[in-house]
Amino acid sequence: MKERLFDYILQLGDNSLILGHRLSEWCGHGPILEVDMALTNISLDLIGQTRNYFQYAAKIEDKGRTEDDLAFLRTDRQYRNYLLVEQPNGDFAATIARQFYFDSFHLLFLQELVKSKDEQLAAIAAKSVKEVSYHLRFSSDWLIRLGDGTEESRTKMQEGVDDLWNFTAEFFLMNDLEKEMAAAGIGVDVQALEESYYAQIQEVFEAAKIQMPDYKPGQIGGKDGMHSEHLGHLLAEMQYMQRAYPGMEW
Amino acid sequence: MSDQQILNLEERFQQRIDAEIKVEPKDWMPEKYRKTLIRQISQHAHSEIVGMLPEGNWISRAPSLRRKVALLAKVQDEAGHGLYLYSAAETLGAERDQLTRDLLDGKAKYSSIFNYPTLSWADIGAIGWLVDGAAIMNQVMLTRNSYGPYARAMVKICKEESFHQRQGYEIMLTLAKGTEEQKAMAQDALNRWWWPSLMMFGPSDAESTHSAQSMKWKIKRKSNDELRQQFVDVTIPQADFLGLSVPDKDLKWNEESGHYDFGPIDWDEFWRVVKGNGPCNRDRIKARRKAYDEGKWVREAAMAHAEKKKERKAKLAKSA
Amino acid sequence: MSDKKNWPLYEVFIRSKNGLNHRHVGSLHATDEEMALENARDVYTRRSEGVSIWVVESRHIFASNPDEAGELFEPAQDKVYRHPTFYELPDEVKHI
Repeated sequence: MKERLFDYILQLGDNSLILGHRLSEWCGHGPILEVDMALTNISLDLIGQTRNYFQYAAKIEDKGRTEDDLAFLRTDRQYRNYLLVEQPNGDFAATIARQFYFDSFHLLFLQELVKSKDEQLAAIAAKSVKEVSYHLRFSSDWLIRLGDGTEESRTKMQEGVDDLWNFTAEFFLMNDLEKEMAAAGIGVDVQALEESYYAQIQEVFEAAKIQMPDYKPGQIGGKDGMHSEHLGHLLAEMQYMQRAYPGMEW
Repeated sequence: MSDQQILNLEERFQQRIDAEIKVEPKDWMPEKYRKTLIRQISQHAHSEIVGMLPEGNWISRAPSLRRKVALLAKVQDEAGHGLYLYSAAETLGAERDQLTRDLLDGKAKYSSIFNYPTLSWADIGAIGWLVDGAAIMNQVMLTRNSYGPYARAMVKICKEESFHQRQGYEIMLTLAKGTEEQKAMAQDALNRWWWPSLMMFGPSDAESTHSAQSMKWKIKRKSNDELRQQFVDVTIPQADFLGLSVPDKDLKWNEESGHYDFGPIDWDEFWRVVKGNGPCNRDRIKARRKAYDEGKWVREAAMAHAEKKKERKAKLAKSA
Repeated sequence: MSDKKNWPLYEVFIRSKNGLNHRHVGSLHATDEEMALENARDVYTRRSEGVSIWVVESRHIFASNPDEAGELFEPAQDKVYRHPTFYELPDEVKHI
């Protein structure tokens, strides 16, 4: 059970880590200073959540590994994040689409996780839920602005949501680990969130004058370690120091 | 206004400055005071914004989660500081967008230090320690400058920046206590950043064109050489503590003056970089221009949306 | 390269904790009030500086003219009788 819980926490931490990392790539390159800072705030929240998860995971594992060992010293197959969060930033519309899809799910997820029988997880969720409510506010506001802005922005926003739509399936298709954790009252029954998720998405799309993508999302793999081409590059960069200079303190 | 009237106003203006009364946005001020301030504040703002790039270069490769959040928060602070400073410039009638375009068109300057590359993780330590250290010397002085909004922005910036230098020094300290490889990395960073850091204070007093008038107006309160000396005096003991040595064979303690003597600065290099031909000048401006150009449709869309929203609201109010 | 229309400027006021006044902290750009509020949160409260934010578009601020400072503010300076120290009471009298 302890090992399974460890894996489950890693999955949660990996999502925050990889998306936090992606958002940090915007720092210094945003469309206007105010937005640059807002994206970094979200990134900092997510990496903060990662640290909470990984510190807890390291404690549960109890093999002397640290949060940094978990963050920097695994191979791509050992990362359990959704495919969505590792997708490159693209243009600002793509970043907003990615963020909106994730935030919408993340908030629903955390609102359930606060009820976890695992007190530590419930506590991390309770802290994160406030952060993520704001993330969702940010991403849905921007999705509406871009969708209902200029002709150019609408085209870009539509393309962004169309391109990433495929990856939303992964949130709700439960793997064995998730089923086990949900059954134990520790994890979240994500399948049960699917309906309200897509209903919420549709509501915001309507406000944004964005069309629901016309295909059924179905791409999965990340949760079980089968990633897209993008993750390898991200890790090569993120892990560079730890790999080039093993075993040192920084 | 007659020339005599302006002369009287200028005299009264100077009297108020001499009496340490702050100038506020709507107060009468000589046109040259306004222009000098806009130039100086916007240069300062541009430096913060361009300064995000060399450090931002290591965010994705920060070696631990703790270092990653610290660096990210620090670079974000620089965006904030740029923003506070542009705000101060805007109280003088300048517009941020115009100031930004002056930077992108090469009409405005920014601190040359950010035209040097960050080649290793130790550079992040060296920048925090030396570059922020040098900047703080200057900024603490500026909290007392005569223009209210600028002085207030500097107070806020100094408060926030107090963690920046500590963050950098802590990185250096960790490297200095680390393996031989890490120590070498730290020394290499110090070697590369030392002289550019001394150049940050600008040309020597004899060469400095704007200094005298700026001192009189209390836009500046200490000379370039004074600040530079102050920086050297506090930094050398910090380098000693790290067990690192600055790349200056002429450096020695002068018992008589109570200061460190240091070797000559390579002003040719300084001017070469100021004039746009340093190692990264073109890259930096290109990166800023790219962000500006690629953000254009985003800014326009948000504005278009706000206008639509306003119209809809107005229509709704009418029909009600 | 210029934008068609720049985001307007907003002034930001922050209450650092309940019981204190909102205080002017600076300005920022936003497309409307809602965004100004969010931007203010992201720019000016990163270190828990506030519990409440006001924003107002800068052009809506109507300010006194410094040239009239004399007639506006100096007449108050000699009205010392508005201040408690103007009135002399013996030290023995307490709580007053």
